[in-house]
Amino acid sequence: MKTLILRTASNYMLPLLLVFSVFILLRGHYLPGGGFVGGLIAAIAFVLHAFANGLENTKGLLRIRPGVLMPIGLGLAFLSGLAPVLAVDEPFMTGLWWPDHVPVVGNLGSALFFDIGVYLVVIGVTLTIIFSISESD
Amino acid sequence: MLAAVLTGFLLSIFLVFAGKYFKGKLAVLSALVPLGLFLYFLSFINRVSSGEIITQSVEWVPALGLNLDFTLDGLSLLFTLLITGIGFLVFAYTAAYLKGHEYLDRFYGYLGMFMGAMLGLVLSDNLLSMFLFWELTSISSFFLIGFNNSSEASRKSAVLALAVTGSGGFLLLAGALLLGNVAGTYSISEMVALGDMIAQSESYILIVVLLFGAAFTKSAQFPFHFWLPGAMKAPTPVSTYLHSATMVKAGIYLLLRFTPVLGSTEFWNTTLIIVGGITMFYAAVHTLFRTDLKGVLAYSTISVLGLLVFLIGLGTQYALVAAGVYIVVHALYKATLFLITGIIDHETGTRDVTALSGLRKVMMPVAIAGLLAAISSAGIPPTVGFLGKELVYEATLGMADWAVVLTVLAIATNILVLYAGFVAGIKPFTGKLPEKFEKVHMPSYLMWLPPVILAVLGLLIGIYPAVIEAPLIKPLVDSVGLEGQAVHLKLWHGFNFVLGLSALTLAGGFLLYFLWKPSEKKENAISKLDFIAPKSLLLGFSAGFRSFSSMWTNFLQNGLLRNYVTTIVLFLVVLVGYSLFSGENAFHINTESLSEMTFYEVVIMGVMFMAVAFVVVARSRLGAVVGMGIVGYAICLLFVIYSAPDLAMTQFSIDTLTVILFVLVLSGLPKYIAKSNLITRIRDAGVSIGLGVLVSLIALAVINEPVNKEVSDFYAENAYILAKGKNVVNVILVDFRGTDTLMEIAVLTIAALGVYSLLKLRLDKDENIEKEN
Repeated sequence: MKTLILRTASNYMLPLLLVFSVFILLRGHYLPGGGFVGGLIAAIAFVLHAFANGLENTKGLLRIRPGVLMPIGLGLAFLSGLAPVLAVDEPFMTGLWWPDHVPVVGNLGSALFFDIGVYLVVIGVTLTIIFSISESD
Repeated sequence: MLAAVLTGFLLSIFLVFAGKYFKGKLAVLSALVPLGLFLYFLSFINRVSSGEIITQSVEWVPALGLNLDFTLDGLSLLFTLLITGIGFLVFAYTAAYLKGHEYLDRFYGYLGMFMGAMLGLVLSDNLLSMFLFWELTSISSFFLIGFNNSSEASRKSAVLALAVTGSGGFLLLAGALLLGNVAGTYSISEMVALGDMIAQSESYILIVVLLFGAAFTKSAQFPFHFWLPGAMKAPTPVSTYLHSATMVKAGIYLLLRFTPVLGSTEFWNTTLIIVGGITMFYAAVHTLFRTDLKGVLAYSTISVLGLLVFLIGLGTQYALVAAGVYIVVHALYKATLFLITGIIDHETGTRDVTALSGLRKVMMPVAIAGLLAAISSAGIPPTVGFLGKELVYEATLGMADWAVVLTVLAIATNILVLYAGFVAGIKPFTGKLPEKFEKVHMPSYLMWLPPVILAVLGLLIGIYPAVIEAPLIKPLVDSVGLEGQAVHLKLWHGFNFVLGLSALTLAGGFLLYFLWKPSEKKENAISKLDFIAPKSLLLGFSAGFRSFSSMWTNFLQNGLLRNYVTTIVLFLVVLVGYSLFSGENAFHINTESLSEMTFYEVVIMGVMFMAVAFVVVARSRLGAVVGMGIVGYAICLLFVIYSAPDLAMTQFSIDTLTVILFVLVLSGLPKYIAKSNLITRIRDAGVSIGLGVLVSLIALAVINEPVNKEVSDFYAENAYILAKGKNVVNVILVDFRGTDTLMEIAVLTIAALGVYSLLKLRLDKDENIEKEN
């Protein structure tokens, strides 16, 4: 499926879609969106790129194995849950909030880091599965 | 006492790290551990014989009623002395018997673990901790039987023994829980006072049956006896220690321990008499047909275990005294015979009775030990065996019913046991020394001293029975709930009827020994009957079960995904459909509350129908996948209309990815071939429509149910107040139920790792095959 149009388009689509996925991730707390769907969109962006340019090129672009994102994401989500236990001696998963308003993000809290963890895990899982399957042919 | 129990385990752990230094000459030092424990328990003898019961309690898991409560009374003391005393001799013997063996340290590790477990078993007052130790003895026995792990026969015997004694362990656990439930306590000493209440409870019979199951499997009672001869594949020290002197008596211990709690009914007594009676006679007859010395000893051990169960079943004062004395008698002479067999095997390389003779000329001390053990097993005065046998006859004669039958059975068994003892203890040493054995020499003193010590002890106790009377037997009888002070052991009872029976036994035994010659021919003849033996029946059953389960598995797990899906769907439709439409709350379709369909919905439904129809008739896989994708997107549109943008977005992404996945997978497949004919298509259509209808009905049913909105209201109200978020769905995901999400992403990760490793593993395998080719 290495058509010129798709290949050219995917080169522009990849950054756009990635930015869009981060946008979806960040707005999740107030409007439809969130880490899960954001992660899926980011994964789709990479898969689209792989379709157009070949898996090897996408992997080269990624630099790291997508699988590495899984432990990072899980660790981040877990730490954001653990943070209240360590920091203020509250139960696991209690929400912690930064008192001031942060530009772009709005209220900055531990839930956001949790969502970023979900985002990373979803990208890692999806890409690992799809890359493994397409490599196994 | 906790320390004493833990010592064995600590020895075992210590050897894991320091084992390599203890393989050589230092190995014999490990015998100091059981010796020290023996002396430790010996120090209690005065206190226990004066009626004191020593206890120690350590809380372990109080929430489960599981505590390490240790009690040392007469019964426990006798067993602890046997375990540590014979343990000491066996530990020392092993140092020479397995000298230079590659895994000697491992062997001592298992023995140490066994000793700790066995001590824990006989000291535990808490039924649950007793169960744990009981299982540990089975497990250490498994390792010891399979010690020669390069031999298939050893491994099989080990598994068989574990299967039998392990399933007995399950029964013990079930019985213990039930008993604990009825009694309201797991402490055995507290249960004694509740004996009447337990005997009247509904579960009494079940409790007794479960405990019997545990005792009979462990103590090799008919029809569970067959694992014990197989266990003789273990090195001889193990046979001596576990499968003759101590572990197999755990079942006897259990029965004695529960005599004061459960032993007041006819059911208890009759069952034990019957099972014990059958076992002792059946096993004793078997000794006639064995040519392997250890085989003879194994069956005579089973026979004696049967006799002990039989005596406990009789339940009278005399019978329990006899049982107590017989435990000592048997441990002394049978351990001697086993150790001697080990020496013979070690020095001559054979255990075949028909090949061995005249060995007294090359190993006199061993021959003397054999002679003493044999006359003790025969019950010839002045050995302790005579004492034991007299007591048995007194016990059977003292019974009100069936006294004659029971006595005759006991005499017949004793005649056969005498024969077995003579075959093992005398026959190899008498007659002419064959030429090939002339170079045989005495083993190390570590090997011949232990049997001599045991044999001489048997003689001494026979002459001075007071040595065991007050310190051991009286407290033992006390602890099983009878009057211990009435016991009086003496060798000479005068010329009475019982003495006559003893003479009869001896005469019968001598005749049998001189007239009956064991031979391979006879062994083969009896093995023709093996097909009705319990062992063959059990193995046949397990083989049948295995082939049945493989048949069943092949039927259900046939590797065809379409069959899996059909099975799952049919099962679901039938089960859920049945529960939906049967019973009082049968489901009725109620369309009143449904709203009118809008134009958009009609259009979307039309698109979905068309897409589904396209999937069904599509002639290419890609076409079908695209059709499925359209169905998915149509569902997204429905979500949008019903104002669930989060769901729609997620569903949209998922659908896209699914289509991509399908394309990736399917692109590697060969060209489309229609694999199904019309009939299977109609069948599949039926199954699919069935599921569709069922799910629709469930959806309708859910609408009609009154909805509890408390939870969703809480989330909606508090999303912003508590979690500072306006998107309730996301707030639930990352905050209210964040831990769920954490688990879910962990599951996702595991799934991805699974897919990855499965696919990569297969790739590597293919590469290996290519390399090999």
